[in-house]
Amino acid sequence: MALSRKQKRGAVIGAGVALLGVAVGLVLYALSDTIVFFYTPSEVAEKEIAPGQRFRLGGLVEAGSLERLGGERVRFAVTDTDKTLTVVYSGILPDLFREGQGVVAEGALDGGVFTADTVLAKHDENYMPREVADALKEKGVWQHAGEGAQ
Amino acid sequence: MIVETGHFALLLAFAVALYQAIVPLVGAQRGDERLTAVAVPAALTQLGLIALAFAALTYAYVTSDFSVENVWANSHSAKPLLYKVTGVWGNHEGSMLLWVFILALFGACVAVFGGNLPPGLKARTLSVQAMIGSAFLLFILLTSNPFARLDPVPVDGQGLNPILQDPALAFHPPFLYAGYVGLSVAFSFAVAALIEGRVDAAWARWVRPWTVAAWMCLTLGIAMGSWWAYYELGWGGFWLWDPVENASFMPWLVATALLHSAIVVEKRNALKVWTVLLAILAFSLSLLGTFLVRSGVLTSVHAFAVDPERGVFILAILCVFIGGALALFAWRAPMLKGGGLFQPVSREGALVVNNLLLAACAATVFVGTLYPLALEVVTGDKISVGAPYFNLTFGPLILPLLLLVPIGPMMSWKRARAWPAVQRLWGAGVVALVAGVVAFAIARDGPVLAPFGMALGLWLIAGALNELALRTGLFGKGVRTALRRLFGLPRAAIGMTLAHMGLGFAVLGIVATTAWRQELVTVMTPGESVDFAGTAITFVSETPRTGANYRDDVGRFRVVADNREVTVLTPSKRVYLPSRQPTSEVGIYPFWSGDLYLAMGDREGDAGRVVRIYFHPLVPFIWIGAAIMFAGGAISLTDRRYRVGAPRRARAAAAEGAGA
Repeated sequence: MALSRKQKRGAVIGAGVALLGVAVGLVLYALSDTIVFFYTPSEVAEKEIAPGQRFRLGGLVEAGSLERLGGERVRFAVTDTDKTLTVVYSGILPDLFREGQGVVAEGALDGGVFTADTVLAKHDENYMPREVADALKEKGVWQHAGEGAQ
Repeated sequence: MIVETGHFALLLAFAVALYQAIVPLVGAQRGDERLTAVAVPAALTQLGLIALAFAALTYAYVTSDFSVENVWANSHSAKPLLYKVTGVWGNHEGSMLLWVFILALFGACVAVFGGNLPPGLKARTLSVQAMIGSAFLLFILLTSNPFARLDPVPVDGQGLNPILQDPALAFHPPFLYAGYVGLSVAFSFAVAALIEGRVDAAWARWVRPWTVAAWMCLTLGIAMGSWWAYYELGWGGFWLWDPVENASFMPWLVATALLHSAIVVEKRNALKVWTVLLAILAFSLSLLGTFLVRSGVLTSVHAFAVDPERGVFILAILCVFIGGALALFAWRAPMLKGGGLFQPVSREGALVVNNLLLAACAATVFVGTLYPLALEVVTGDKISVGAPYFNLTFGPLILPLLLLVPIGPMMSWKRARAWPAVQRLWGAGVVALVAGVVAFAIARDGPVLAPFGMALGLWLIAGALNELALRTGLFGKGVRTALRRLFGLPRAAIGMTLAHMGLGFAVLGIVATTAWRQELVTVMTPGESVDFAGTAITFVSETPRTGANYRDDVGRFRVVADNREVTVLTPSKRVYLPSRQPTSEVGIYPFWSGDLYLAMGDREGDAGRVVRIYFHPLVPFIWIGAAIMFAGGAISLTDRRYRVGAPRRARAAAAEGAGA
């Protein structure tokens, strides 16, 4: 299988271009299909999000809203001080989950209630999930001292 | 006083680094040996001064000198000594100091161990190394001074973030940084070679050990971070495709590609331009990682604008070095004499495929990491790119690569035939096939692809051993000859076998735990038992305890398997005293088949606890695999070719000239 110099170069370049094409195709397909948007309760109220479509919900855990439904199931409300959305979650809440503190939940709407399969709280006393901090700043209710501490 | 000495030493180090950046380079351009000769003493002096500064900061931490703002903000007098020391790099300023310390250490190593380098190349390399060093020293001195004092002196410190008070995370940064920063040596060599306009086999032979050293540290650093995430986050996730993780994974992928392409330059004098480009890209991605993590841009795009000084400074460093190196590359690379093309089916062809796939993998991770940042800047939409994206993009690209890993080493240089190379791996193929069938038979549930994943892992392990057996003649010449030959093999070959095996172990662990993880979340009260994954787990009691700087509630869970008590797991809920920050410690028992993993959650009722129990099959293989890869790198470094056998450059150049 003695290839000429031109053919060899063609084979290498061809393989490279083909691979590049595959990689670009995969990236474009994945980006159109797998990304998850972040919304605040107000944005959820504005946009009509289809039930079952996954997104991240962020805001503050409303004070006094945490209820244990028996077993490991919990219910709480996420607010951006304007609108509020009820969240149902099964599992262990993060160590730093507190009423009145920032939280991000990932899941989907199910009959007006947000069913979460993941709940993230902040990492330490100074850090709030970035989207929550930004959203609260937009609402003008940001009052945390930990700006840019991490 | 000691603190001021440290600060002063850092200033001096900056001056020395500037000197080292300029004088040897001028000397090399003019061919003035008196000027090039200053590179080595300057590199050593720079290391000594930065070591002094680092020691001064460590002293302030160990003695809990809260007049130093950095110590006050990140330490506490009640903290265990280990975490007082590791607290030095558990914050922005200290970790940047560690960064330049390791950078200077690598520079000094090039100065000391580079005895057989041509004086010009050595002077230029050390000069480029010092340019990077002076940029980061200036960054520390202007924006992140760790030696700033406080007045009045506070009574006690604020304490280190409790989740950082952990053995794996304590040593994760030094290894990670050794990997990041170690790649600077390959970068400096590449830039020096571009200035010289010459890349040859000897150059590749000098670059490779530094790349191997950086790569193995990076491997271990990433593995430690993943191990920490596994036992600290409370659910056993070992890799979350978090931007911070990706920032360390991209340089790893490119460094792996560089390791392999440098072999082609060394053996076949081809792929030179590409290899130089990889050396530049690998360190560029390290710089990008430093920027992403250190600028605050990941915490918030806006945090970057709020505290612009640091972010803009690192961004400027990033632009100057990456832009400068790429511009130099564009200008000089066409002058590098190509080694000609080669047969697509050959060892070098296989290494090209390896490089293409690794580069494509790195590119998909790059897009997935930076796209959300770009989108938010452009449209304001906030998105997260998570595991589903990477499964769809990274997955299909890494799979063929893993499949081809055992075949590559079976190909001969120059010209090979693919099918005979595969045929000689029939032993490994049988092992992999059996593994796949067994996995399919045992685990009826779980993803359909999982048994293929197990087969793939064993294909890698058995393939590496198969290659070693063929090379030593185990199948034809008998065990004694094979053993004798084994000790006669180049260490780099054994290193390769180990590294590929380690990869196989990691694949087994990742596939098994992802596909067949078992999970149970329930409420237990003391005295209650549950059956889980072939064991009976009894919640015995819960008792309070006081540690050095925390209080915790420790649960005791007795685990019985086959009517025999195996262990008592003691997970806990902890509250660290200075900050009152809560954390959870999980209980883990490693069975042969995998980890039993138990995390306690919140109280439920009077004495009840929410508990989360997992069985993570084969999960330790991930970190065992990384450790084997590290060992492979270490053995490869002891190869005597790297120490004495490098051919004289003059001779190599003469041969090249005669051949052209």
